[in-house]
Amino acid sequence: MSTMAVDERIYRESRPDAYEVAVVEKRVVVGYGFWIFLLSDIVMFSAFFAAYAALAHATAGGSSGVQLFNQRSVAIETGCLLASSYTCGLMSLAVTSRRYALTYLTALMTFVLGAAFLALELREFAGMIAIGAGPQRSAFLSAFFTLVGCHGLHVAAGLVWLAVMMSQVAIKGLYHPTVERRLLCFSLFWHALDIVWVWLFTVVYLKGILS
Amino acid sequence: MTDTHYDRAPGDASALPDVEQNRSSGLLVYTIGLALAMVLTAMSFWVANTSLLWVGGVSLGLTVLAIAQMGVHLVFFLHVTTGPDNTNNVMALAFGVLIVTLVVVGSLLIMADLNDSMMPAAELMNLQMQH
Repeated sequence: MSTMAVDERIYRESRPDAYEVAVVEKRVVVGYGFWIFLLSDIVMFSAFFAAYAALAHATAGGSSGVQLFNQRSVAIETGCLLASSYTCGLMSLAVTSRRYALTYLTALMTFVLGAAFLALELREFAGMIAIGAGPQRSAFLSAFFTLVGCHGLHVAAGLVWLAVMMSQVAIKGLYHPTVERRLLCFSLFWHALDIVWVWLFTVVYLKGILS
Repeated sequence: MTDTHYDRAPGDASALPDVEQNRSSGLLVYTIGLALAMVLTAMSFWVANTSLLWVGGVSLGLTVLAIAQMGVHLVFFLHVTTGPDNTNNVMALAFGVLIVTLVVVGSLLIMADLNDSMMPAAELMNLQMQH
């Protein structure tokens, strides 16, 4: 076994780099490409975060975060998204071990928790707009709705993606390499959205109620 | 072809022989991550509402907790490690963090500087970003 490994290393080292590239699994290439996309997506979020932080006090005489944000609702939203990230991780394990029932169950839990998050967020938005604190009210609220709304839009897109993936699992099955790769990308996407939310609830909501 | 691949897809748990993982330990990793993230989230909400810390300390504490929780998510949910099969992913991540830091810190520095340079005359107050 060890001599085989040594032979392998010598063999690999004697080959040009192009060979190394050629033998990389497609799963690694696709995953890496999606990783780069996610990082660029997070760079886009960072621009919205910077805009929000610069405009956080520009309320133009309107309501500020202290009056608008409801900590209880934010805590529940955070819990939903964190739990759905966890069930998404369990789904990856179920996919790897090719358990259909467990995959559907964890996907359903991920979907329901994500949808609960989105419903709470939409209710919060509707409540703010109803009391005249819509995105057109002040620079602070424009930045708030852009930043939080953009994250919400990502979550909504993720829910659609998850539903599509489950129909693909039903039709093509878990042994289909394309389905497997897409599920890997979905779980990366979902975990990345949770990381963005960590910064959102810290910077927007928790720091918002301080000032 | 019996090649030992030296790269691993982001999000995949390590498949190197010395850190071989089975399903139950994978479950354990996610559960530890969930527990840590819950503790850190609870601490964040506590820090934001406590009167035990001085004013600057609250903001600093929240930032530190957010960075810690981001680390927990990366390690336990996305399986980012320092392993040799993960170098490409970590390098891309490091580049992303660099750009994010430049964008956020750069923007805030420039905006704060602009606000400082503005005339503090009373009639200009409404035009200022911060008042």
